[in-house]
Amino acid sequence: MHDSHTTGGHAQPAAHGDGHAGDHAAHAPVATGTFVMVWVALLALTMVTVAASVWFPGKVGIGVAMVVTPIKAALILMWFMHLKYETAVFRVMFLSAIMILALVMGLTFFDYSFR
Amino acid sequence: MHAEGGTLGAAAVSPAAAAHHEHRDDIGSKTGMWLFLFTELLLFGGLFIIYAVYRHKYGTEFHEAAHELNKAMGVTNTFVLLTSSLTMVLAVGALQRARVAESLRWLGATFGLACCFLVIKFLEWSAKHHHGIWPGGEHLHAMPPGEGMFFNLYFMMTGLHGIHVLVGMGVMGSIAARIRSGHVSPSRYAALEFTGLYWHLVDLVWIFLLPLFYLTN
Repeated sequence: MHDSHTTGGHAQPAAHGDGHAGDHAAHAPVATGTFVMVWVALLALTMVTVAASVWFPGKVGIGVAMVVTPIKAALILMWFMHLKYETAVFRVMFLSAIMILALVMGLTFFDYSFR
Repeated sequence: MHAEGGTLGAAAVSPAAAAHHEHRDDIGSKTGMWLFLFTELLLFGGLFIIYAVYRHKYGTEFHEAAHELNKAMGVTNTFVLLTSSLTMVLAVGALQRARVAESLRWLGATFGLACCFLVIKFLEWSAKHHHGIWPGGEHLHAMPPGEGMFFNLYFMMTGLHGIHVLVGMGVMGSIAARIRSGHVSPSRYAALEFTGLYWHLVDLVWIFLLPLFYLTN
């Protein structure tokens, strides 16, 4: 993971030149093995949801999908989309966007449930 | 300019970057990219809400209609898209490590997998079209309201997602050209990184479409 730290610094003198501007560019790239492991986990979790929907159609299958799918989304967001390696601001921004969506969804169902 | 691409390492690129001392704000542009992704999220989010409301209303019809979808094709496309997300992060990683040719190969692989996704999608839609299940098709028109709604939402959401795949492929093509011309380089790779963010969002939306349409029976 730190193998490229020295070359990374060497490659981006501009990063130090203008302060904050190049901060993310100075990050060491994430190891390839980490991404491959995340990919394997995503494929395995997909198999889990498919198997659950085939062997336990109905409530159990849907329940498994409702638990596993957000885990898959979190893997993509944190590793593939780098949120794990960004400053907390990006995670807070993302959570606020999701909260707005959840709020609108909640209000819609509040309306529909009492019609 | 073209020669700069293949074999020259990071050290060869850096003096030029230092000499320019360009003013750029990578954090700021990344913030902007995420704000754009939020609008995409809310665009699909609106459709997910419509889906949730109608599934709540027509539970049994949705389950009946979902039997018509080809589960194997939906799952295969999930594997294709997840793999394309991996090749995309590898393209970004290779460029960060100043391996330009390798980066272009991973980007090409991502493009190929995107094509593969659309071909499978095309076969799937063709089969539905053949059976008259198509917006405006006679079979879909004759269905009970809940099942008709399921297929209308299916075509609307997978169609909008498919348009996003096409846009992603277009962006990948233009980024590949800009990597070749040296405008996107190991010292300036934000454009490739943001293409990746967009591509992962397309993947993220599909991950939710799979259980909602293909695994609902």
